[in-house]
This record gives sequence, C-alpha cells and structure tokens, in this order.
Amino acid sequence: MSTPQPHPGAPARTREQVADLHFMDARYKLLDLAAFLDRLDRAAGGDDHRVRGLRAALPLLLEKDEGRVARILNLWSDPSVEPIAKADTKAASGVWPGLK
Amino acid sequence: MRYIEPHGHMVSRTTDDYQAMALAGCAAICEPAFWAGFDRKSADGFYDYFCQLTQIEPRRAARYGLPHYSWLCINPKESEDMALAADVLALIPEFLKAPTVLGIGEIGLNKNTRNEMKVLEQHIALAVQYDQMILVHTPHLEDKRKGTRLIMDCLKANGVVKPERVIIDHVEEHTIHEVLDQGFWAGITLYPESKSTPVRAVDMIESVSAQRVWLNSACDWGHSDPLSVPKAAQEMRRRGHSAAAIDRLVYGNPVKFLSQSPRFKDPAAQA
Ligand SMILES: [Zn+2]
Repeated sequence: MSTPQPHPGAPARTREQVADLHFMDARYKLLDLAAFLDRLDRAAGGDDHRVRGLRAALPLLLEKDEGRVARILNLWSDPSVEPIAKADTKAASGVWPGLK
Repeated sequence: MRYIEPHGHMVSRTTDDYQAMALAGCAAICEPAFWAGFDRKSADGFYDYFCQLTQIEPRRAARYGLPHYSWLCINPKESEDMALAADVLALIPEFLKAPTVLGIGEIGLNKNTRNEMKVLEQHIALAVQYDQMILVHTPHLEDKRKGTRLIMDCLKANGVVKPERVIIDHVEEHTIHEVLDQGFWAGITLYPESKSTPVRAVDMIESVSAQRVWLNSACDWGHSDPLSVPKAAQEMRRRGHSAAAIDRLVYGNPVKFLSQSPRFKDPAAQA
C-alpha cells in the first residue's frame, strides 16, 4: 500500500472514511465495467480503437502512484502538436484513433 | 448556500431549471454562445441567437430573480466555414454594447484544425480591440490536451492578452495544472459522463491552489445537469470542507473573475 500523500487543499481523512463515502460508487462502476467487457465478448467482430484504448488503460489502474486519471487521459490523447489541415468529423470518440 | 452558474446554456433549458437553480441558491447565470447542435446556415441565424442571449434570456431569468449575463462568438464547431465566421465576427461589436455582455466566448478549438485556429486568432484580436475578457472552450476527449496547448500558445502569441482575464474552461486532470501554471483561470465543467463529474472535480480542487478555478454545469441541450455545481458543493461538504471554502469556490471565485468586467455586479452587493 502506498504512503498517504494528502493534498494541501483536502481536510485530513482516513482511508476508511474515503471508503465509507465512495466504496459503493466505485464498486458498481467496476461491476459495470466488467459487464461491459463481458458484453463485448458476446458480440461479433473485433475491438475498435476505443475498446483497445480502454483495455490499454486497465493496467494503469493497478499502478502504485496517484495521478491515474491524468495518466489514462494522457494515454487516450492525440499526441500530435500541429493543427490539422481539415477534420472529417466534428466529433471526438474518447480515444485517439492512432493509439496502438 | 449561494453559488454562481458561470457557464450555462440556458436557451436549451426549461423554466423549471431556472426555478430549480434559484431554489438551490443560484445567484447569477452567465451564458456563453454555443453550437446549437446543428450548423446555422447564415449570419442571420447568429443575429437572432445574439438577440436571444442579450434580450430574451435575461428577461426569462429575471422572472426567477436571477441576473443573466452572456458571452458572444461563433463557436469553434462552426469555425470551419471562414466566410460565415467573418460575417458573424462583424456582427459582434454591435452586440458588445448590450449591458449584460461580459466578453468574447466560448471561443477555442474543436478538432484543432487550421481554420479553427485562424478564427480563434480573429476572436482574440476582437477581444483585444474592444478590451473584452475571454472565455475559452477546450476540445473534447482525445483532442483536449493538444487543443488546450494550441489555444494557450495562441493567447500568449497575441502578446497583449492578460492571462488573468481569460478563463480556460473544461479542464480535466491532464490539463488543469498547465492552465493554472501559465496564469490563466481554469473552469471545471461538470457533466454526468464526459468532462468531469462533481466527485472528480472536488479531487482536482483538493490537488491545486483553487484561487483561480471555477465550477460550472454547462447545462446545454445534451446529457447535462443544471444542478451539478450545488452537487459538487454538497460533495465538498460531506468530505469535510468548511462552508467558507465552499463559498469561496462556488461564489467568491466566479465573482472575482467576472468582476473584471464593470458590467458584472456582485449579487451580494446588490442585496
Ligand atoms: Zn459551453
């Protein structure tokens, strides 16, 4: 278990207090995610780039240090730096399509 | 509890939402110009929209005792058409005279294209010319980090824009620190699915010095919640934040930023 590194702007709290407030919320979200992966298994065809991106993010959940949300968002981000000539859609998909 | 909704697309909401927000403690609402969910065919469509933002919506809000302010622009989602953008930009100066307009927004990028960048530069130049504050929309999802960096570079390249008069909205965990480090204000937009949830927003608030941060619900025509700011305040309360810290974030901070426009009146000072 990692050493606690409380943020300066956060009132002091124990892990038990955090679990009391947020465990059930995290529990149902994890079960929903498991159900989503099962649902994919039952469907025809291969993973598209969004699902590949989601699977690639799963190991980051088990990393020790905090900052997991930013690491996942960075993983899914377009890494290029120049404006593009033209877009073929107005929408974003949630995961950069070029992610390997 | 009192709070400001600094970014709400009220033209998309019913009067029930105004009522619910007023009951939850909302003291003022600010509405940036937005994409309608479809592309408007001409500048006339924007003329009507700007009339709605500057005349109709303040009257509707006033029925619930709520001051209503607005920000004007052509949204980045419609900025690919440079000719249309030029026509809309030409309309804006006339509407800047309306007594409830606070600045230029929400400008920014959507898919980070060259045309979007050019229209962004034109909006920034307009804001400088008319000494207006700027409210920035950052792109969605995988386009956000790149777009946020391009926008900040564009604002800095202008050379005249003061970062403390610019709010960069829709920050998330991977962009908030860069935005604050460069001296801009940061907006956290609370959505049920995309952008940030109230719970994640409070995590972010705890991780930064929150002196230049505001929370907003955006509450547009999509999946969104006009009460998400008071819900984030409630999340802070149950985590043990003081009433003063909550008030500073959801009321004091937006008042501080918005009061840089002489048109914005602190609702507490009016009481
Ligand atoms: Zn918006």
